[in-house]
Formats: sequence, C-alpha cells, structure tokens
Amino acid sequence: MKLTGAQIVVETLIELGVTDVFGYPGGQVLNLYDAIYEAGDRLHHILTAHEQGASHAADGYSRATGKVGVVIATSGPGATNLVTGIATAMLDSVPMVAITGNVPQDLIGRDSFQEIDITGITLPITKHNYFIHDVNKLADKIREAFRIAKSGRPGPVLIDIPKDIQTAVGEYEPKPVDPPFPQHIPSDEKIAQAAALIDSKSRPFIHIGGGVIGSQTEELVLELADKIDAVIGCSLMGLSGIPTDHPRFLGMQGMHGHYASSVASNDADLIIAIGTRFSDRATGNKAKFAQHAKIIHIDADFAEISKNITANVGITGDIAVALRKLIDSVHEANHMDWMDHIEDLRDKEASFLMDPPGVLTPLKVMETINKYKTAYTPVATDVGQHQMWAAQYIRFQKPRKMVSSGGLGTMGFGLGAAIGAAVGTGEHTVLITGDGSFGMNLNELATAVTYHVPVTIVLIDNKTLGMVRQWQTLFFNHHYADTNLDVRRTDFVKLAEAFGAVGVLAQTPEEFEAAFEKAMASDEVTVIDCLIDKDEFVLPMLPPGGAIDDIITVKKEV
Amino acid sequence: MAETTGNKFVIAVYVENKFGVLTRVTSMFTRRGFNIDSLTVGVTESPEYSRITITMSGDGYARAQMLNQLRKLFNVKKVELLEEVDAIERELVLVKIKNDPDKHQRVLAALDIFKAKIINYSVEALCIEVTGTPDKIDALIEMIRPLGIIELCRTGIVALQKGGGSILEQPDIN
Repeated sequence: MKLTGAQIVVETLIELGVTDVFGYPGGQVLNLYDAIYEAGDRLHHILTAHEQGASHAADGYSRATGKVGVVIATSGPGATNLVTGIATAMLDSVPMVAITGNVPQDLIGRDSFQEIDITGITLPITKHNYFIHDVNKLADKIREAFRIAKSGRPGPVLIDIPKDIQTAVGEYEPKPVDPPFPQHIPSDEKIAQAAALIDSKSRPFIHIGGGVIGSQTEELVLELADKIDAVIGCSLMGLSGIPTDHPRFLGMQGMHGHYASSVASNDADLIIAIGTRFSDRATGNKAKFAQHAKIIHIDADFAEISKNITANVGITGDIAVALRKLIDSVHEANHMDWMDHIEDLRDKEASFLMDPPGVLTPLKVMETINKYKTAYTPVATDVGQHQMWAAQYIRFQKPRKMVSSGGLGTMGFGLGAAIGAAVGTGEHTVLITGDGSFGMNLNELATAVTYHVPVTIVLIDNKTLGMVRQWQTLFFNHHYADTNLDVRRTDFVKLAEAFGAVGVLAQTPEEFEAAFEKAMASDEVTVIDCLIDKDEFVLPMLPPGGAIDDIITVKKEV
Repeated sequence: MAETTGNKFVIAVYVENKFGVLTRVTSMFTRRGFNIDSLTVGVTESPEYSRITITMSGDGYARAQMLNQLRKLFNVKKVELLEEVDAIERELVLVKIKNDPDKHQRVLAALDIFKAKIINYSVEALCIEVTGTPDKIDALIEMIRPLGIIELCRTGIVALQKGGGSILEQPDIN
C-alpha cells in the first residue's frame, strides 16, 4: 500500500511490536508526529520534559523489559540532546532505536536551521546508524535497525529521517518480524578446553555481567555453578541476574564491590567470566587482577575476548549454547576447602558492617526499600554514592530489576529510566537518587506526574556530591572543590509539590519507613527527601589503580 | 592510546560500497586510539564492495583489537591480515622536482635504477612516476631529495595475497 514516510515509520514500529515510544516533537518531525496522532491508541507516545529524559526512558524501558526501547526527537538540538542517552545505552549494551528528523535533503549541508549531522555525531556511540535517502527503503531500514539493536551484543541504533522522506509517498507492505541474526555456535574444541580447565581447578569463581541477563542464561549459570561447586560474583550490570540471597552469590565485585566477592575473585584459581567485559571498575588494577587464576571468558562479542583481561580460553557467540555444552562437558565437583574459605570471607565481610542505631543511614534506607518492594519492583538509580549503596544493599529476586547506568556512569539517568521501567513493566518503580544526580534531570517529574507513572523517588540527600567528596576526602586533602550543595537552597518537598507530586521529608528511620510504605501503596509520584550525613562513605573501596591488598573496608577518622 | 610501536602490518578490508562507510571505519580508529600509517580505498572486482588497505604498526594486542573491532562494524564484509611473506604490496608515488639542466644526468640515473618515468616535462619542473614496494619508494625519495623536490604524493599501500584464492573465501575466525 502507498503511505507517506511518516506513516511508514509508525506502521513499521507497530509491525515490530512497539507499543510505547518516548519523545519530543519539533519542526522536522511534525509529519511523524501527525502520523503518531493518526495512529491513535495503536502507538502510545510519552512526551517528556527534555529529549535526554526521553532517551533515558527508552533505555530504562528496554533494561526493565528486554524489549527494544524507542525514542523520537527532532533535528538539531533535539537530536544532540539524545547523545548522552544513546552513549549510556551503548556502554551498557542496551537495545534502543533512536529516530530523529532532519532538514529536507535539499537543505542538507547548508547549515540550515536546526540542521545537524547526527549520524556523524553518533557514529562512535551507536552500534550502527542510518541516514535515510529513499522512502521505499525506509521500512526495511527500520526493521534492520531493530534487528541490529537486539542481535548478539545489543546496542543502540539511530535512524535519521529527513523531512522530505517523511512527506514522500512510498510502498509499504507489512512483514513478519525477523528473528535476531544467528549467533556463532561455540566449537566443541573450545568447550572441551574450557571443561578440562574447569575440571583441573579447585577454586572456581563465576563472574557475570549484563550479558547473562541479556541472554536470559541466569538459570544456566546457576546450574553450572552447582555442578562445579563455584561461587558467583558480578559486575554492576550483572546485578539482579542472580537472586541476592542465593547461597552461591557473593554480590558485586570491584571498586565498591562486596568484600567477600572481591577477595574471592582474587583468591580463585579459575575465573569464568560470562557476558562481561572486565571493566576497570570491576577489576581494579588489571595487572594485579586474579593473578593466580586462569580465565575462561564467554561473551556474545568476540572483540571482548582478551580486550581488557587476557583469556586462557575465549568462547564467543551464543552464551546459552556455550553454557549448555559446558555444563554437559564438565565433571561434577565438590570443593570443601574453597567453600570453607568463602564462609570465612562472608563472616569477615559481616564484621565490617557498622550502622549506628537511630540515625537515618544509607543502609537503613536500602533495608526499608527491601522490606516494601516486591520481587518484581524495578529499582532504578542515578550515579554516585547512592548507586553503590543500592548495588550493595538492595536485594533482588528477579532479573532486569536493577536499572542503572554502569559503563557511562550518567548522572541524571535515573528519573527518565525509572519512568521508562515503570511504563514498560506496569510495576510501581523505585528510583534511588542523590541530590546531585536528581538536580540534573528533575524536570522529568512533570512527565511522571502527567502520565500517572507510579514512581517513588528516594532522594539520598547529603547536600554534597558525595562520591566526589569521598575522593576529595581520601585523595585530595579534604579540598571540597565545588562539591558542597548545601549552598543550594532547593526545597525538594516544595519542588515535588510544585510539579504536582507528593513531597515528604525524612530525617529519621521511622519517618522514612512511614513515608516509603505510604508512597509504595499509592500511585502518586512521591519524592522522599532523606537527609543523611555528608561524610557517609561507600565501603569497601578498592582505590583507583589499586589491587585487592589496598582495599579500604572501614572508615578511619576523616 | 593503543600501543603503536611494534611491527608494521597490512590489513585488507572489504566493505559495502556505500555512503559513509569509510567514515565508520576511520571513526573506529580514532575511538580505539589506533594510529594509521597509510590507508587506501577503491572499488573491487564486485561493484557492491570497496576494498580498504590499511597499514599500521603495533604489537599483537593492537593487531588483534584492530581486526576484531573492524569485524564488528556492520558494513564490513571481510577483514584479513596480510602477512608480509604472503602478500604483494605496491605503492605509487608522483614526485615533482626542479628542472635543472645541470642535474639531468643524475635524474636520469636515478630514474633508471628505480624504473621510474617522467610523465610531465616543463621548463620549470619534471614530474616523475614510480611504482614499487614502500621501501623502494622511500629509497627513491631519498635519492632524488638533493635534486630539489617541489612536492610529492604517495598513494599508500595496496596489497593482494599471493596465490589463487580471494580473501573473501577464507573462513571467519571466531
């Protein structure tokens, strides 16, 4: 049938199973928005306060559901406002499709009003991108973009559609949705090498990343761990992949990882890394990382093998197939000494935990969240100390419940992402944020209120850029250069109310619990301003460039 | 920055002959911190593909990363490392030198040794063309430098594997 380019975009999105899109209209996407208007209930568009918020919402939608998140923006500033969101998705391998308008092709290259080369700008931060020259290829390019976004190691794809393509009439015929591109099937030889290595070792440690959640191989990881008697740690992106309370799970490793997890990975004689890229935040000093261990690295992306940490055996391609074959190839094992050692580490870790009674602390906030959230509650975070406290103390039961910017570390990610997660899952979502991060994109409160998105915002308010302050305390002689936020006079309760949300101040554990319980039972957007001490530290801490011996576990007088 | 010292190597890349593909390839070099010694590009036996020949220096890590990151690009069809012993490499240079009648003998001697030819002759200048391995081109340039080079232009290396096969027939490594 004959449709305009704008209508083709909408019909193709619907054909691909898209139900919700986030975006912001503007001059060069007027035709596209007219087609969205015509589509009525078939495609739900959520208008954000800023394109960056829309990009994080599409990202959070995808992280929480596994579906491809979609964001739409106009040309020029609309497109450039997506850049941080696209880069965030790229660094964390999130499948996302960004659609931008551009000026008509006869105005391209003339610095026309709101013209920008967004395919050029996003080249290094997309898995792939397109500039559409032909309306008759538009539908297939959108289909291909979705396929690329979700295949193998996922990632964001951008499609730039000049206005004349949106108005041109082209041919559109619906097609069945293509499956993802077939992945490489790991060879039996590689599996045999890995199995032999596993069988020869007695202190196995499985390190998982976001790739385990993306490939839905959590159960296989547990099956492998049970068979070879291994413990499991994870990167930030791997959180929620394994239930926090699982007896084999030690928690996140790395710079602010759990003590037992970081030390165990250092003491292991074998590390099986699955769906992870050995980020510097997860390994600390690479030269000193797991020096006694052989490394088996399993990843969908062959370029990750030996990129950061040299692998003794690298297995690339389909993680599910690799794990199935590996489980069938290894011998069952029991490593009593290793498990005893792990128990000692867990005991030692428990001894570091100090929490003054009666005072509202990050730990108490997180424990209260654990008490009232369900296994299905998505927990989004921003970036900073609060994010690490959430990573350390929030207890997850189901995958895709931790929605957090890992690789790029994007302050301002959280509120948009929480909105996306809540829209995608239909679940009341918790955002854990800080006063610094929240200040960056709090405008999206308007979006949450407008669309009645059930989000409870726990604002860990220490009146400082806490993570930077922690570094200034430890490494910069207490020079608190531009990190004090107590000079700001923002009243977060009034601010929430001004946006039409509920605002509550919590200064004690009791106040917080009462406010949080009420907020979770309500569908109103609530901001709970939790006042905590500005010198709370995230511990343990592996100092930058440090190795396991340098780990800081207890806060000294500062 | 990736390590840029180490051995020189040549990589042949088949890419889709489409708008913007060369930019995708070169953008990746910048992003990953690779330094390129030379890069040539042109259409191939099949019009839907272009072939890019890249020479760069680096250690084994840089080489492996370069190959892997190239293979990941969506418009890249095939990437092969051309080992020096298995490859035929050629480069072309155009050199413009001053036309000084007193030095004609030296010019002609140099041209003879390098099988170079004069492709443009004017009162002020001679333009010389020579084809050969990069080493030969380097040697020629050094020999005629004292004669007064006005400007020169090198193509960068093009290379093919010796023997009967095409790199497109070689299996992908994973």
